[in-house]
Amino acid sequence: MKLRSNCMLAVAAIAVVLVAASAGCKKAKVDPFPASGAVSGWQKTSETRVFAANDLWQYVDGDAEQYISAGVVTTSTSDYKYQGALEAVVDVHTMKDAAGARKILETGLTKDAKTVQLGDECVQYAQSVIFRKGPYLVRIVAYESTPDAPQALLALAQAVGAKL
Amino acid sequence: MNNRRDFLKTAATGAVLLGAQGKLGFAGMLDEQTAAAKSKVVVARDAQLHGTDGQLNEKRVLDLLDRAITSYTGHDHPVTAWKHIVPMGKVIGLKVNCAGGKGISTHLALTLAICERLQQAGVKPGNILVWDQANEALESGGYTIRTDPSRIRCYGSDVSGYEDQIETSGMVRVRLSKILTRECEMVMNLPILKDHGCAGLTFAMKNMYGVIKMEDVGPMHVGNCNPAIADLHCIPAIRDKVRFVLGDAISALYEGGPLFRPEHMWHPNALIVGQDRVAVDQTAWSILERKRAEVGLPTLEATGRKPHYLATAADAAHQLGVNDPQRISLMEI
Repeated sequence: MKLRSNCMLAVAAIAVVLVAASAGCKKAKVDPFPASGAVSGWQKTSETRVFAANDLWQYVDGDAEQYISAGVVTTSTSDYKYQGALEAVVDVHTMKDAAGARKILETGLTKDAKTVQLGDECVQYAQSVIFRKGPYLVRIVAYESTPDAPQALLALAQAVGAKL
Repeated sequence: MNNRRDFLKTAATGAVLLGAQGKLGFAGMLDEQTAAAKSKVVVARDAQLHGTDGQLNEKRVLDLLDRAITSYTGHDHPVTAWKHIVPMGKVIGLKVNCAGGKGISTHLALTLAICERLQQAGVKPGNILVWDQANEALESGGYTIRTDPSRIRCYGSDVSGYEDQIETSGMVRVRLSKILTRECEMVMNLPILKDHGCAGLTFAMKNMYGVIKMEDVGPMHVGNCNPAIADLHCIPAIRDKVRFVLGDAISALYEGGPLFRPEHMWHPNALIVGQDRVAVDQTAWSILERKRAEVGLPTLEATGRKPHYLATAADAAHQLGVNDPQRISLMEI
C-alpha cells in the first residue's frame, strides 16, 4: 500500500515537473545575440542588458515613448566590435505584435534607405541595419563609417535574424 | 568698439528682462542693456570643419570657437573675451550632453578647446569641471573620468550625488545634481543639436534634464516636454547659474533622436552661441527645420513634435528669453 502510494506520488511529481518544463519551454527567452566568433570578425563586447517597457527611459531617455506607444515589451542591447576596431550596438526590441515593429521601422525612413532581404522587412544605410521579424524590431548601428561596415553589419544582422 | 557696443545692447536680452542675469559673470558688461534690445545669437560656421573623408579636423575647432566668442563679445582677442565671460576664482561647470552616447555627444575637441581658452584667461584647471548625468555616459562620449581637484575634472552627477530636497516649479518636482547646486558658481551649457522624440528639439534648454536625478526625469517627457522644460529653467539654480550657451552643432541629428542614428546625422559644422537660452534654441530649431526640409522630411509640427516649450519659456509666466525671430539679433559668420 505504501509502495503504491509512493509510486503515485512519484508519478504526480514527474507530471508536475513535465508540465512546468513544458510551460517553461513556451516562455523561454529568445537570446538573439550571437556569441563572439559566431559571426566572422565579430566579438560581443558587453553583457546583454534588458529593459522592460517601464524602464526603457533608462536606455533611450527621450525616445522611450515612441517605443512604448508602439507596444514595446522589452528591449535588449549589447555592444559588439568588428575585427577589434569597428564598434557597434545591437538593439532588439520585442514588441507586442508585428504591427508595433512595423510602426517603428517605418518611422523616419529616408529616401537613401536600401532595401535588403532579411526578416519581414529590412533596410540598410552606410552605418546601420534595421529589420523586423514578427514582433521583433532589430537595429544595428556602427559608430564609424568604414568601407567594410555595410557588409559586416549585414552579416551580424543575418545572424541575429536567424536566432529570432 | 562698435562690436562691443552692439554686444552690450543685444546680449541676452530676454533673460535680462527678468533680471535673471543681473549677477552673472560677464563682469559688468550687461549693465547697459535695455529692454528694447534684441537677444544676440551668433552662428559661427566652418565648412571645412569636417574633411572630405568625414573626419573632424580638430585643429579647426579652436579657430571656430575663437571666431564665435570674439564675434559674440566684440573683443578682438579670444582670451580677453573669455575674461569677460567667466568669473575668476570660481568653479566653472561645462555641462556637456553625452546622453546620446558614442557618436552624438558634445564633441570632446570642442570641450578641450574651451578648457584651453579658459585656462589662458586665468581659470585654474581645478576650477574647471566638465560634467554630465553619469560617468558611463561621459565615457561613452569619449571623455575620461578625472576627480583630481588640482586638474580639470570630469565626472557625472552619479559621483557627486543629488540633493535630497525636491525643487518645485510649475509641474516640475525634481532633485538637482550637487555639481550644479554646490560645486559650480557658473555653468556653461554645451549641448549638441539633436532631433528629439518628445520635445522635437534637444539643445540648450533640454540639456538641463541632465542635471536632474534620473528617477525624476520620466514624468517630464509628457506633453512634448511642455511646460516641463520651461518650468525646470525657472528653478533658481538653473536660471541663475546656467548663464551661457556654447552650442555644438558641429554634428547634429535631424531625425530619430536623441540616440545616435547615423543615417539621420549631418554636419552643420557650426557653433551656436548666446546667453538667451530661448533665442539660442529658437535659432537651432530653424537650422533643424531647414535640414529636414532639405531631405524631404515633414516639419516637426507636422509630426506632432513642435517644440512648444519655446513659446512657453518666452511667455509672461516664464520670461526666460525671446522666441520671436524679430527680437533675435542673429549674426551668422
